[in-house]
Amino acid sequence: MKILVFVKQVPDTDDVKLDPKTGNLRRDGVKSMMNPMDANAIEAALQLREKHGGSVCVVTMGLPMATEVQKKALGMGCDEAYLLSDRPFGGADTLATSYTLAKAAEKIGGYDLLLFGRLATDGDTAQTGPAVAAQLGIPQISLASSIAVEDGWVYCDRDLGDTVQRVRAKLPAVVTVNGGINKPRYATPINIMRAQKKPRTTWTAADLGCDMTKIGTPGSPSSTKKVFEPEKRNTDTQYLTGSPEDMARALADLLENEHLL
Amino acid sequence: MFRLDEEHLELQASFKEFAENEIKPLAKEIDETERFPLESVKKMAEMGMMGLPIPEDYGGSGIDQLGYVLEIEELAKVCATTAIIVSAHTSLCCWPILKFGTEEQKQKYLVPLARGEKLGAFALTEPSAGTDASMQKSTAVLDGDSYVLNGSKIFITNAGAADVFIVFAMTDKEQGTRGISAFIVERDMPGFSMSKPENKMGLRASSTCELIFDNVRIPKENLLGQEGKGFKIAMATLDGGRIGVAAQATGIAQGAIDEAVKYTAERIQFGRRISQFQNTQFTLADMQTKTDAARLLVWRAAAAEQDGLPYTAPAAMAKLFAAETASYVTNRAVQLFGGYGYSKDYPVERMMRDAKVTEIYEGTSEVQKMVISGFMGVK
Repeated sequence: MKILVFVKQVPDTDDVKLDPKTGNLRRDGVKSMMNPMDANAIEAALQLREKHGGSVCVVTMGLPMATEVQKKALGMGCDEAYLLSDRPFGGADTLATSYTLAKAAEKIGGYDLLLFGRLATDGDTAQTGPAVAAQLGIPQISLASSIAVEDGWVYCDRDLGDTVQRVRAKLPAVVTVNGGINKPRYATPINIMRAQKKPRTTWTAADLGCDMTKIGTPGSPSSTKKVFEPEKRNTDTQYLTGSPEDMARALADLLENEHLL
Repeated sequence: MFRLDEEHLELQASFKEFAENEIKPLAKEIDETERFPLESVKKMAEMGMMGLPIPEDYGGSGIDQLGYVLEIEELAKVCATTAIIVSAHTSLCCWPILKFGTEEQKQKYLVPLARGEKLGAFALTEPSAGTDASMQKSTAVLDGDSYVLNGSKIFITNAGAADVFIVFAMTDKEQGTRGISAFIVERDMPGFSMSKPENKMGLRASSTCELIFDNVRIPKENLLGQEGKGFKIAMATLDGGRIGVAAQATGIAQGAIDEAVKYTAERIQFGRRISQFQNTQFTLADMQTKTDAARLLVWRAAAAEQDGLPYTAPAAMAKLFAAETASYVTNRAVQLFGGYGYSKDYPVERMMRDAKVTEIYEGTSEVQKMVISGFMGVK
């Protein structure tokens, strides 16, 4: 079974800064990390590979520094890594991104399953995975909280909050996974060393044969109207002292003063 | 040498992530309860961290010595106890079997040790043979197909949880240090018992016990190296162990600095963050400079070992300087924290207690100075 996992490098969520002029995320000097749910997608892929055999390819689109997430993916045990990096890819919305990722999937070819994290912590759209399925004309299952493959079908539980849907899709298919589906493994020392010898490929828009009107800014019909930092919540800590009764009384007074009781 | 390459940076990041997520949350509790963290050993075994520098053919991860000191430092940053559990197991038990063991011994003992299925310990110190390790009172007498071991060992790290022990004993009292031999001893051999763990100032969860050998019959094939070569094996093993302890000390120091940088940026006194005071800035600068210097000594010693160069003196220098740095840095960290530093609500007091023993075990600072000055030709 050939599984493609799509991963994104995102800013460390504790350290997000916006450029007030352009509204874009400032990436200079900001620590970055693998989008957490993408690590869950990798873990799901590796577990499926352990059960059914085959290979796991990791695909990421971004600046050359996105090789960091590739290395992590290879260290976790993925077999091969593809980086889609080219200036014309810049400024892509989810439509242009999904087009580009779908072109990469076609070029890699022979896939049975495409896995995504449900959403990325920077954009928070949850659109890219489903949009890639649409681009490729294959079925999709989103919000998966479990995943299993049997006889050419993928079976998932979809966590809808108050209910769980059990669904299946014919392979090849796209599945986007929730954070709770598994606990991602660490990159082990042996895998980190082996990762140095695993194939890593970088593709440009020309390599993928992209229609230049469908990628980057020209291929992105949506635009960002306004970007702003959320108001910081007051997280001052007050220490209450005294006997449990005193502290309970003081806490009740505080809550009452804040009109929370 | 002065910058980690891509592979080592990735290894370091992976150890850091693991240590932060899996080891740090336990550090306070195991210190307070003196509970040996078996679950951490299991997790590290799954990661391949219990035999990191041991070749893959013998169950290890086949990572070089630099990678190994990075592992120990990252563990020690958050929990010095966990770091010494790994260092004692790897440097003091796995390594001598790899270096001096027969193929049968490697298959039987090293493979499960390096996989982390079994835990190792090293037993040299005796009540009257501490710094002067040549004064071994334990005896091993050949009787048919086995040696009969009698005596006791003290301050043995990992003892309460270990399965395999490298034990030193006199096989020929007349020969002095040339009469000392090394043995691989299993925990469940009849006549082998141990005390309850010592109630220590620091590294409180590393299960340091006294071992008692009462007519323990050790099969002849468990002699490690040749008879009479035990002292050499012990000294060679301690050279590597010292690099591990030096890495541990560096990690303790860096961990304390990381905590102090965070705290001083938040703590407000006299209307300012205390990090805005020059005293704080200068103190932190001194702490970091010494710690960086210690780290470079550790890396130099690790690189010498990796390259097959003599590393006794570099290891002694790394251990001496890193241990003294750990004590200095943690002491200053507690001072920067003020009263909160003296409280168990913050980790720096634990780090200060943990740091002290790095000046004592696996050769005191004074022993390191003897080794270094000896290499300088000073008589």
